[in-house]
Amino acid sequence: MATHQIRVTVNGTEHKAEVESRLLLVHLIREVLGLTGTHIGCDTTHCGACTVLLDGEPIKSCTMLAVQADGRQLMTVEGLERDGKLDPIQEGFFQEHGLQCGFCTPGMMMTGYALLRRKPKPSELEIREAISGNLCRCTGYVNIVKAVQFAAERR
Amino acid sequence: MAPKTSPEIGGMGHSIKRKEDPRLIRGKGTFIDDIKLPGMLYMDIVRSPYAHAKIVNINTEAALKVPGVLGVITGADLAKYNLHWMPTLMSDTQMVLPVEKVMYQAQEVAAIIATDRYTAADGVAAVDVDYDPLPVVMDPFKAMEPGAPVLRTDKKDKKDNRIFHWEAGDRVATDKALKDSDVVVSEDIYIPRIHVASIETCGCIADFDRARGKLTVYMTTQAPHAIRTVFALVAGHVGLSEERIRIVSPDIGGGFGGKVPVYPGYVIAVAASVLLGKPIKWIEDRMENLQADSFARDYHMKAEIGAKKDGTMTALRIKTIADHGYADAAANPSKFPAGLFSICTGSYDLRKAFVELDGVYTNKPPGGVAYRCSFRVTEAVHAIERITDVLAQQLKMDPAELRLKNFIKPEQFPYHSALGWEYDSGDYHTALKKAMTLIDYAGLRKEQAEKRKKGQLMGIGISSFTEIVGAGPSKHFDILGIKMFDSAEIRIHPTGKAIARFGTKSQGQGHETTYAQIVAEELGIPAKDVEVEEGDTDTAPYGLGTYASRSTPTAGAAGAMAARKIRDKAKKIAAHLLEVSEEDLVWEPGKFSVKGAPQKSKTIQDIAFAAYTNHPQGLEAGLEAVSYYDPPNLTFPFGSYICVVDIDRGTGAVKIRRFVAVDDCGNIINPMIVDGQIHGGLTMGMAPALLEEIAYDEGGNNLSGSFIDYLLPTAMETPKWETDKTVTPSPHHPLGAKGVGESATVGAPPAIANAVVDALAHLGVRHIDIPITPEKVWRILKEKGVTE
Repeated sequence: MATHQIRVTVNGTEHKAEVESRLLLVHLIREVLGLTGTHIGCDTTHCGACTVLLDGEPIKSCTMLAVQADGRQLMTVEGLERDGKLDPIQEGFFQEHGLQCGFCTPGMMMTGYALLRRKPKPSELEIREAISGNLCRCTGYVNIVKAVQFAAERR
Repeated sequence: MAPKTSPEIGGMGHSIKRKEDPRLIRGKGTFIDDIKLPGMLYMDIVRSPYAHAKIVNINTEAALKVPGVLGVITGADLAKYNLHWMPTLMSDTQMVLPVEKVMYQAQEVAAIIATDRYTAADGVAAVDVDYDPLPVVMDPFKAMEPGAPVLRTDKKDKKDNRIFHWEAGDRVATDKALKDSDVVVSEDIYIPRIHVASIETCGCIADFDRARGKLTVYMTTQAPHAIRTVFALVAGHVGLSEERIRIVSPDIGGGFGGKVPVYPGYVIAVAASVLLGKPIKWIEDRMENLQADSFARDYHMKAEIGAKKDGTMTALRIKTIADHGYADAAANPSKFPAGLFSICTGSYDLRKAFVELDGVYTNKPPGGVAYRCSFRVTEAVHAIERITDVLAQQLKMDPAELRLKNFIKPEQFPYHSALGWEYDSGDYHTALKKAMTLIDYAGLRKEQAEKRKKGQLMGIGISSFTEIVGAGPSKHFDILGIKMFDSAEIRIHPTGKAIARFGTKSQGQGHETTYAQIVAEELGIPAKDVEVEEGDTDTAPYGLGTYASRSTPTAGAAGAMAARKIRDKAKKIAAHLLEVSEEDLVWEPGKFSVKGAPQKSKTIQDIAFAAYTNHPQGLEAGLEAVSYYDPPNLTFPFGSYICVVDIDRGTGAVKIRRFVAVDDCGNIINPMIVDGQIHGGLTMGMAPALLEEIAYDEGGNNLSGSFIDYLLPTAMETPKWETDKTVTPSPHHPLGAKGVGESATVGAPPAIANAVVDALAHLGVRHIDIPITPEKVWRILKEKGVTE
C-alpha cells in the first residue's frame, strides 16, 4: 500500500504524518493524532458524529481520505475551548441540556459552530436545517436547537 | 412540589446541570473506541451473505498470507474449547461461530485478528467461504405451518419452529364476555422489526493478562455485572472464574436495550485474547450493527375488544405471533417469555382479558430486545390504544370520551388488573384532561370538521398509556436465576464529600447527576460533592444494570436506602458530639440539631469528620453503607399524549403539527433531565410510527441494513415537542419516583397512528400498520379516489 507524506494544521498546530492512501480522515484524527473527541457512528456520511471543520466548512470525516486534507486547516471539538474558556456553543449545550449520551455532541457542536459563523442569528428552521445531517438518538433535538440559540445570543 | 433542599444542596426537584457534561462537551469522554491498550490487536468479522446455508468449506489460506493478519478464528477453533455455542438470556442457545450452517444473513462466520483495523478488513475480504444455500423461512406464520422446514436442527427433539407458548388471563370468561358484548371489534396489528441504532455501535476490548490470569473486558454493556456472571458460566470450564473477570463499561453512546445482550463478537474477542495473550479490540460498523445485532418488536397481534352500547369496555383478547428470528435472544426476565405484554389492558378498567402468544423461529437475526421500552410494553400499549380507537370509530364515539368513560378511577388504586398486575398509583382522567386543555381539543375537532368540508386531511390522535417498569420484585423477577434487585454503596469521606457506586450503568440518562441528587436529598451533602461511579465490576456493588426504566425504581431506591442507613449512624455520632440522646435530635437537610435549641447542631460534614477522628466508643469508625434494594412492586408511570397531523393529499406525507405530552412519573429527581428524556423518548416513538423498519425480502436479505435505508428522524421531521406533567407519587418507592426513560417511546406511536387514521376515518380507514410512510398513505388515498 502506497504511503504519502501529508501536512495538516489541526486546531492551530501543524502535524506531519506518513499515511496510507486509503486512511480515512477520521482515523487520522482519532488514531494518528489521538484526538478521540471526533466519533464514528455510521460509516456512510449519514449520522454526522464525525463532523469536523475543513478550512472552516463542516465535513464528515468518515468519508474523506486523510490525503485530501493535505495542506489544509482542520478544526475538531478539541479546538473549541480557547485559553480555558468554553466556546459559546459548548456553553449552550451545557446550559440547555443539549446532550445526553454525548456521542453525537462533538459533531453536532461543530455543525452549530460553523452555522453561527456563517449566520450569526439563525432562525429555528435554519438551525434545524443545518443540523439535519447530524443524528441524535437521545434528545429529540429540542434542546439542541435551544443550545445553538443560546450560543447565538452569547457570541 | 417545592424541593426540600436548597439549590446549593441540589436534592430532588432541582434542575441542576449535568456532572457528566464538562468532559463530553470537550470531546474528552471515554467511549469504547477511544480506549487504546499497549500491544492491542484488532478483530474484524466475516459474515454470511445467506440467510440459511450449509457451510461447505472455509478457506483461510489467502487471509493468513495478508501481511499483518495474525490469525483466523472459526467455529472449529472454538469447538475445541466447547465455546462455539452460548446460552441466551432466555435460556435458549445460539452459535458464537458456526461449524455446520448459518441461520441468518450477516451471521458471524469467522474472525480475523490483525495488527490494525484496515488489515483486519483486508483479511475478512480474503476469506473464501463455500456455502450451500438452504430453504429460507422468513414468515413466522409459514414457519408454524405443518411441513415447514424445521430450523433448529441442533435441538434433538425439535419437530417444529415454535419456541414457546405463553398465555395470561381467563380464556373461558373472556370468550363469554366477548360473546355477550353489544359490540366487538377486531384488528390485525403488526409492529415491525426495528433497531435501536444508538449512534455508538457495539464493541469491546478483551484483555487477558496471562501473568495474572485475569480477564478485563471493556465493553459497551448496559449490564456489566450480569455479563461478568454470564462469562463465568460460559467459560468457567476453560478456567475463567468470576473473581478473575472484570467488566468495565465506559461512557456509552446510547443503549436503548441494544447493549444488553451478549453478542458473538464479544465472546470471540475474549477467546482471541485468551488464545493470543493480547488485548483485542472489536468495534462493529453500522451495517453489522443494523444487520446482526438484536432487534426489537416483530409482533403480529390480533386484538379484539368488546363493549356495551354505551361504550363501557367489557373484555379484551389478544393473540400474538412473536417472530424471534434464529434464537430467542430477548432480554426479558426469565419467567416472562413475552415480557410484560400482559399490561395490555392498559389504562382501562377491563375486568375480562385473555392474551396468548407463540414465539417462533425464522431465518432472521436473533432477538428481540426492547427499543427504549420496558419488556414488550410498547407492543401492548400499541394494541390497546389502537383497538380503543377502532372501538370508538365503531361506536361513533369521540375517542377522548371513550377513554374517560373507561379509565381506572383514582380511587381504584392500588388497582388489580385482570391479567394480574397491581398498579401502584394513577390519575388518568387528570392527565388526559390536562392534555386536552393544553392542545385545545374541542377547538381542534371544530377545525377538523371545517377542514373536512374543504377536503383537507387533518387528524387528532390520543394515547393514554400505562407503563410498567422497575423490574423487579425478586418473587417474580430474575434473569438466569439472578434476582432483579439493584444496589448502591455510599462512602462519606472525612471532609464530608462522598463517593457513591451503583449496580446500574448510565448510557446518557445522567446517573452521575441524578444519583448524586438522591444522596443530596437524603444526606444534605451538596450534589456537586458526590462522585458517582458505575460500570466497573471490580468496584461497584452487584446489580442487574440499566434497561426497562429500572435505574430510578431499583438502584435509585437503593441509593436512598443506603443514605438512610448512613443518616442513622450519623445520628448516633451527632448525639455523641452534642452530648444528647438520639431522641433529642431533629434532622433537616444537612444537619442534626437539638430539639428546642437549634443553635446546637452538627452538620453532616462535621459528623463525617468525627466518624474518622472522634467516633464514639462502641461504634465502628467510618461512615458508609450498602443497600441491595428489592422493590416490593413494579412502578406504573403513565401519561396522555395528543397528536395533530396534517396529511398532504398529493404525496401522502404526514406532518406532525403539534404533539402535547402530559407525563406522570411520580416524584421527579431532576426536571431538566426528565424533560430531556421525554423529548428523546417521543422522538424514538415517532421513529417507528413514521420511518423505521428493518425489512427483508423473501430470500432473507436485509433491505434496511444501513442508514441509507433505515431512516432515523432528523431535526427536520422531529416536531417541537410540548411537554407537561402531573405528579402521582409511587406509594412504595422510597422517593415516590417511578422511572421515565421509556414512557414516551411507549406512548407516542399509537398517538401518531391514531391521528393519521383519524384524518382518514371519514374515508372508511380503520387501521394502518406502522411505519406509516408516505407511500402507504398515498396508496390509501389513491384507492379512495382522493388523489390521482
